[in-house]
Amino acid sequence: MSIDIAIHRVMKDAQRRFELDVSLRSDRRRIVLYGPSGAGKSLTLRAVAGLLKPDRGHIVVNERRLFDAAGKLNLPAQQRKVGYLFQDYALFPHLTVAQNVAFGVQRGMFNPRRHGQLPPSAARWLQSLELEPIAGNYPAQISGGQKQRVALARALAAEPDVLLLDEPFSALDPALKNRMRRELTLLQAQLDLQMLVITHDPADAEALGQHVFEMHEGRVRSESSVSV
Amino acid sequence: MDIWAPLLLSLKVALWATGLNLLFGTAVAYGLSRWRSPIAELVDSLLTLPLVLPPTVLGYYLLVFLGRHGALGVWLDRWDISPVFTWQGAVIASTLVAFPMIQKAARAAFEDVDPHLESAARVLGLPEWSVFFRVSLPLAAKGITAGALLAFARALGEFGATLMIAGNLPGRTQTLSVAIYAAVQAGDDAGANTMVLVASITCVAALLLAGRLAPRHDKRPSER
Repeated sequence: MSIDIAIHRVMKDAQRRFELDVSLRSDRRRIVLYGPSGAGKSLTLRAVAGLLKPDRGHIVVNERRLFDAAGKLNLPAQQRKVGYLFQDYALFPHLTVAQNVAFGVQRGMFNPRRHGQLPPSAARWLQSLELEPIAGNYPAQISGGQKQRVALARALAAEPDVLLLDEPFSALDPALKNRMRRELTLLQAQLDLQMLVITHDPADAEALGQHVFEMHEGRVRSESSVSV
Repeated sequence: MDIWAPLLLSLKVALWATGLNLLFGTAVAYGLSRWRSPIAELVDSLLTLPLVLPPTVLGYYLLVFLGRHGALGVWLDRWDISPVFTWQGAVIASTLVAFPMIQKAARAAFEDVDPHLESAARVLGLPEWSVFFRVSLPLAAKGITAGALLAFARALGEFGATLMIAGNLPGRTQTLSVAIYAAVQAGDDAGANTMVLVASITCVAALLLAGRLAPRHDKRPSER
């Protein structure tokens, strides 16, 4: 189990030019990219998910080659088997909690039925993340902590190889932050999940990171690993 | 004077025009909303032309284009099809005139869909078609429906271009707005009054419905 990323991409618009030149390697399970906003953390995460195409380099997750410019390989996002937890959770507002969780399990032309039978993996995650009481609610009707759990359940129900988390706790109040950090660490340990977390909050890096990469202006500036 | 024939014809033409525009207008709007290029804006402007051109000018273009000696007309003539002086001609005129109504509304609705939601669907493994039908389209549906109601009202009231290409054949191409003109010309005030009332009520109803469906801009903060 490992992550091996070496990517380069130049982003240009009228105002500025940004050069992303990241390389990192780790065989730890909980990897954190830490740095101020604008350091290129989100771009890196998007590249791993297949939402941004690097100019050159490679991305290998758990021995699976997702992107390799030299080999002209660029797996589409659909085939990368990554779970992505968006900063704003990106829950589908027109679907209930249960439909959101079942969304990636059922990949055809139609959304999961509102009152239909849930696929087993969706039902399991609804239960283990304690979402059953709100299964019929819409995202606008639930709290921030609940939204995060729904987003997590949705990502995990699709059985990803790696879970990418974009500032997972930034939208939560401090008390909830601590609780969700504990919950996430526990979940990761139980499932032996491969995680890549990006954050600007040193407390997140400390709580979650076994291997922390500090990013600055598009590059990895330093790394530190916690001994087991 | 029989007001049912023109009313039913108008409804038929407006429904056809709205249906066609739902299909094409939505497709074009989705394409334009994802196509980040100055050419997209040029195409958008060209497709908005029917909104500002005098309907008679549009009707004239249609005649030139679809008439027996027109660029497309010659070709259609080989299959013995001529849209001039037919209700199908009226559908073409109404469709063209009402097109920007749906296209504009649908484009705004698609651009209003949070790109994160579409990304989330892709990362969850959905093919592009499913992303469109399960995320983008349902989230834009309200805006598209509002546009469709406006388009329907516009198509129902179409006069100039319709008269140019479909003419004024009672029972065949005489739509409500054309019939009103004919009634006034003939001094049939009672007939004109009734038809004007019917047309006004239908349009106000469509506008009210569209207003209720128009998207509210209180949802999410913009990205980053």
